[in-house]
Amino acid sequence: MRFLLRTSYGQDIRLFPFGGAPALWTGLALWAAIVGGLNVASLPLVREGWLALAAGYALVFGLVLSRWGGAAFWYGLLGVAVIVAPMLVGTYFVGQLTFVFVYAIAGVGLVILLGLAGQISLGHAAFFACGAYVAAILNAEGWDILVSLPAAVLVSAVLGVVIGLPALRMTGIYLGFATYAFAFIVEEILARWDSVTNGTLGIAVGSPVLGYESWGWQAVLETEVELYFLALALFVGTLVVGLNVQRSPTGRAMMAIRDSETAAASMGVNLAVTKTTAFALSAAMAGLAGALYGHVLHFISPEQFTILLSINLLVMMIVGGLGAMHGAVFGAVFLVMMPQAISALKGAMPPAEGLPEVLAFLVSLPSAPGFEAGIYGLIIILFIIFEPMGLHGLWLKVKTWFRLFPLYKKGMFKRQKSYMASERNR
Amino acid sequence: MSRPLLCVRDLAIQFGGVRAVDGATFDVMPGEVFTIIGPNGAGKSTIFNLVSRIYDATAGTIVFDGHDITRMPVHRIAAQGIARTFQNNELFEYATVLQNLLVGRHRHRRTGLLAHVLFTPGARREEEHHRRKVEEVIDFLDLQHYRDQSIAGLPYGVRKKVELGRALAAEPKLLLLDEPSSGLNVEETEEMSFWISDIKKLLGITVVMIEHDMSLVNDVSDRVLALNYGKVIAVGTPSEVQAHPEVVRAYLGSEDTA
Ligand SMILES: Nc1ncnc2c1ncn2[C@@H]1O[C@H](COP(=O)(O)OP(=O)(O)O)[C@@H](O)[C@H]1O
Ligand SMILES: [Mg+2]
Repeated sequence: MRFLLRTSYGQDIRLFPFGGAPALWTGLALWAAIVGGLNVASLPLVREGWLALAAGYALVFGLVLSRWGGAAFWYGLLGVAVIVAPMLVGTYFVGQLTFVFVYAIAGVGLVILLGLAGQISLGHAAFFACGAYVAAILNAEGWDILVSLPAAVLVSAVLGVVIGLPALRMTGIYLGFATYAFAFIVEEILARWDSVTNGTLGIAVGSPVLGYESWGWQAVLETEVELYFLALALFVGTLVVGLNVQRSPTGRAMMAIRDSETAAASMGVNLAVTKTTAFALSAAMAGLAGALYGHVLHFISPEQFTILLSINLLVMMIVGGLGAMHGAVFGAVFLVMMPQAISALKGAMPPAEGLPEVLAFLVSLPSAPGFEAGIYGLIIILFIIFEPMGLHGLWLKVKTWFRLFPLYKKGMFKRQKSYMASERNR
Repeated sequence: MSRPLLCVRDLAIQFGGVRAVDGATFDVMPGEVFTIIGPNGAGKSTIFNLVSRIYDATAGTIVFDGHDITRMPVHRIAAQGIARTFQNNELFEYATVLQNLLVGRHRHRRTGLLAHVLFTPGARREEEHHRRKVEEVIDFLDLQHYRDQSIAGLPYGVRKKVELGRALAAEPKLLLLDEPSSGLNVEETEEMSFWISDIKKLLGITVVMIEHDMSLVNDVSDRVLALNYGKVIAVGTPSEVQAHPEVVRAYLGSEDTA
């Protein structure tokens, strides 16, 4: 048991409950240490000599912080890892990580919509598509990302308000279908509005551009590493916005309508405004993710944004966990790594010839059509049964196990039967 | 006498053929504890749902603090200064006690979405202010021990306290308590009785409560209203109402059918 002395109430509303400042400092210090270290080893990364001087100091500083920083140290390390990753791993892996950030951006939006506000959406593919097309078209018209990304976000948010309208009257599976119907309309529009979207043929997407030639200053982000850092920066921004929503009255209002609309309304929460806000925010984030997605793939067409994408995003959240922003990241990693794992599995299978029938069947399974969908379905079922809080829940358990070792008690996380309102007041 | 805080006139609502509330008329004076009693199904909770605008009245008017609220949207009721608890607890189940109480502060927020998204210094100052106000409620109800616990694991008695706390955090002028002692043991009921008197005396909040426990009713009520089949059958001091022949008959009658 740990006792916390409250010195100020500001402590309850910190961005990172463990203390964002130590994490930031640890991160910066470690970054300096690593870059400085590489510099000493005369790797041609950074040539400034003073960084080497900073290294020793920073290492000590980081270690001292880790004594009382705990989580701060590890988040700091994670921060360093994502910053130096592109220098250490190949471009292929950098591309994969970029997609993790892209999906995690949409994931933050889903944590807000599903996890916080308790509203389901099978229409997220539409927001994704909307962001992708707006950004691609503005990019082709010569606008830079300071114009095109905010525009993509804004248009997606407006679309979110529209697609969220059924939420004012429906819940659960009905809302799911209604949002799906709207998303289907969007998909059709994209396929048929030839003059703007080039129909089912799709459009090539240029590299994101910062600045204008006429300003005499322009940066074209074309390499994998540049796109990686763009995605990383946007993800961090989105994460901060998500955490801000979570700790503010807006987020609490969302949580309130999730758990009891009657009580929320009686405490002064405007249900319509809150639901609409949740849809708009979530759509805005999905739109941003879509815009990046287009830029990273360099090609978009309507068939990338079908119900399958919406479902994949939901799968991602079920696997990652809806309870916290961590879930968005865990889920995104899962979504990006899963197809890789499956194709690796396919490649690892020995030829079926000459094997007994049962084995031959098992060996041929991974290459059977629909195998991927089947695996996804299985994973969802397993998670819902055994780990409803997703990978994030699993992570919390592992963490607790280590912290309490050897005092961990079996059954500590057994779900408790709790009192249920048997008769609701409506 | 001063102007009533709540004036209910000929209030009625029908569910299909059931006249759940049938022409109820009463006034609640500022600063009093006004208790509604009556057999099960008399329409007591329905009156609360009408006053807090969860249900639409079929007929009649509700005037609160000089404003007609009969047709006001439900989410604006809190801003008028009415807060309530529910007969079967309507807490935010998967949130902490602290978060539940902070939702009570919702009507006092001054900042908007943009300030929240960016968490501006203004939003931060406001959060700290709400947090301080909520801490006063936590101290008042002795909830320190449960502050960061999730509702889902709390015992029933604590849930009742949290719900009361959430209503108090709203700093209302009128507090509607629907069966505050139901499901509580003798000690907890006694505690509840002290809090209700404190709410009246220390915080100066007017209380309307629905209650079955007659000793609690006698301890804290200034006036009592007896309801049967949606109709007011008696209003007066606790002893007057309990001695009223129709009240006696209503209770005996309900025992016959029970
Ligand atoms: N939403 C509703 N729909 C239909 N009937 C209702 C509804 N709410 C209350 N009633 C009916 O109104 C009557 C009074 O209910 P209620 O006010 O809950 O009684 P109590 O006095 O025990 O609180 C009951 O007959 C109940 O069945
Ligand atoms: Mg009742």
